[in-house]
Amino acid sequence: MMGKKLFAATIGAGFMSASVQAADVEVIHWWTSGGEQKAVTVLAEEYNKLGNDKWVDTAVALGENARSLTMQRILGGDAPGAAQFNTSRQFEELIEEGLLLDLTPVAEKEGWKNFIRPSSILNPCMKDGGIYCVPVNIHSNQWLWTNKKVFADVGVKEPHTWEEFLTVAPKIQAAGYIPLAFGGQGWQERHVFDVVMIGMTDEKFWNSVWKDKDPKAASSDKMRKVFETFGALRQFTDAGAPGRNWNDATNMVITGKAAAQVMGDWARGEFAAAGKVAEVDYGCIPGPAKRPSLTLGGDAFIFPKSSDKNLEAAQMKLASMMLSPTIQAKFNNTKGSLPVRADVDLDVADACMKKGLALLDDPKATITPANNYITEDTNGQVQDLVSTFWNEPSMSVDTALSIFKGIIEDAE
Amino acid sequence: MEETMVTSAKVSKPRRTKRVQISSLLASAPMAIVAIGVFVVCVGYSVVLSFTKSRLFPNFNWVGLDQYERLWGTSRWIVSVENLFLYGVLFIALCLVSGFFMAVFLDQKVRFESGFRTLFLYPYAMSLVVTGLVWQWMMEPSLGLQNVVQRMGWESFEFAPLVDPQYAIYGVLIAAVWQSSGLVMALMLAGLRGIDGEIWKAARVDGIPTWRTYLFIVLPMMRPVMITSVVLLAVGVVRVYDLIVAQTGGGPGMSTEMPAKFVIDHITARGNVGLGMAAATMMLLPVLLVIGPWIYREYVRPTKH
Repeated sequence: MMGKKLFAATIGAGFMSASVQAADVEVIHWWTSGGEQKAVTVLAEEYNKLGNDKWVDTAVALGENARSLTMQRILGGDAPGAAQFNTSRQFEELIEEGLLLDLTPVAEKEGWKNFIRPSSILNPCMKDGGIYCVPVNIHSNQWLWTNKKVFADVGVKEPHTWEEFLTVAPKIQAAGYIPLAFGGQGWQERHVFDVVMIGMTDEKFWNSVWKDKDPKAASSDKMRKVFETFGALRQFTDAGAPGRNWNDATNMVITGKAAAQVMGDWARGEFAAAGKVAEVDYGCIPGPAKRPSLTLGGDAFIFPKSSDKNLEAAQMKLASMMLSPTIQAKFNNTKGSLPVRADVDLDVADACMKKGLALLDDPKATITPANNYITEDTNGQVQDLVSTFWNEPSMSVDTALSIFKGIIEDAE
Repeated sequence: MEETMVTSAKVSKPRRTKRVQISSLLASAPMAIVAIGVFVVCVGYSVVLSFTKSRLFPNFNWVGLDQYERLWGTSRWIVSVENLFLYGVLFIALCLVSGFFMAVFLDQKVRFESGFRTLFLYPYAMSLVVTGLVWQWMMEPSLGLQNVVQRMGWESFEFAPLVDPQYAIYGVLIAAVWQSSGLVMALMLAGLRGIDGEIWKAARVDGIPTWRTYLFIVLPMMRPVMITSVVLLAVGVVRVYDLIVAQTGGGPGMSTEMPAKFVIDHITARGNVGLGMAAATMMLLPVLLVIGPWIYREYVRPTKH
């Protein structure tokens, strides 16, 4: 009898210790390009070093695909341990439904609110007094990446505004280069559209459309000019653009097939991985605009709630690690993004990164991304419109404007 | 004749029939529960949700037909429906034609028949995601088929449908037909082999050319096989999703968007279950209206001779 009990106890203890040891944290993310992979490997390796918990990598190409997968898995009751989103309203409803782990205990212990900068990057994470996500980096979208050699060869100056771009582009084309390396995927079309929009207007106009959802602004002459300029870019891309990934387009600039690309600051990681030097081999122009503004967006991780206490502990540990100074420095140096805390040194900050940092210190030069103000549903409608407009040159600016006005009018 | 047989069976073994009925009822109960639970209840729930303002999570804030109004005012949905019709009609027609020809070819008692059969059926074993990716690469203007042929000297050769919004849907169509016609071939071949040899002998005696025998005698006899093929292909058409995602992502622009992708995008990433369910309900309607009565006529109430 005694022996049996002892046996059961041993077995039980064995199980217990086994379950304490092994918590596999599955992480869904969309970091699949060369530079991005290196960055995510930093996170995975450092996490595995911390203890017995294991980082299980689920990389899904394209942000929208990764986010759908995460949503489906959470709704279907098979939630991952952690998942990447943009710091935006994308996961708002998951918080409202109580499906995400409240990170307040770690956040308060470590004083996240004191060191995370700018503080607005934490806003999408906070809801009803809880903290539900970890912002890991700051990315700005408004950059024109150029190949210095191509510009020297053609004998034109790098453009600093969209008007200038439209003047030099025909010359670049005549010299046999593709003026604008472009990836025809919905999000990239939208990306360029947003960059043109802020480049042609200003922060006040940006906010009146996205934040105040003013239909008058959405159908104004300024907006018409945005659509016209955006449409004018079509002729400067190549036939192979539809469906192309952003990093393949970046590669066209790196190899000198194309003169320039509009892409976020994450493109820097691709140039660096190819061994190119900032402001020597490649140029980075913020804006392009007379007074460039940068959006403060970035990536954040959410942690779905689970009944497994071990997993919960492992999730908290991962959240804490992502914000630790050493990891912030290592990760962001590799990724080409800016850290979310000011007290880490970026020893490899190159000329382009310094340009970005200088702009970030100027509060007038920073704007909030559109997706912090509008729902994913509205965002998707805008993306569909922009994509249709880009791919159907027969669509008139008037039609596009009236659809755009309707979307902004109905936005919540 | 049939009637008398049935009556005699009833008269001679009444008790056994009853037992068979009970046990068959029992045996089909799980199936019935699944069918009612999964199909009727879940479909009903989806339809109900289409009248609500559900975002990412279902709720019951009724909005009447608002979602349908928005749906039919959304150009992406209208493009999706048009694409589905174009794609569906061409896909079914091309699969039937190519499948039939392949089957006829194999029916000629060719050498290495089993080798050819495997070859023709092989694409069907490949997932639609792989199919989509492979064809995307082949149709890439600067890396794919076009590039290869141009390098061989035919400079003006153009084959890159996926980058042109006008032709992208045909690029998807090629991949789909390549993948599915093997299945039709297998079904048709089975149908051809099921044709009585006597018919061939009779046709030969009457001096009817082979092609006419195939077209006017054998083909009409294969009606059930044709119906099976069409139903299988039609199901594939309505739910086409993975091929699009892998091959074009719905682009360029909206040119290869499909209703199923509209539904999935809206119930996941875009967080608008109400609209997604309205779209799903619209997808169900033609199935119920057209295919329902047709299947009833073909199978449930066979035509009298």
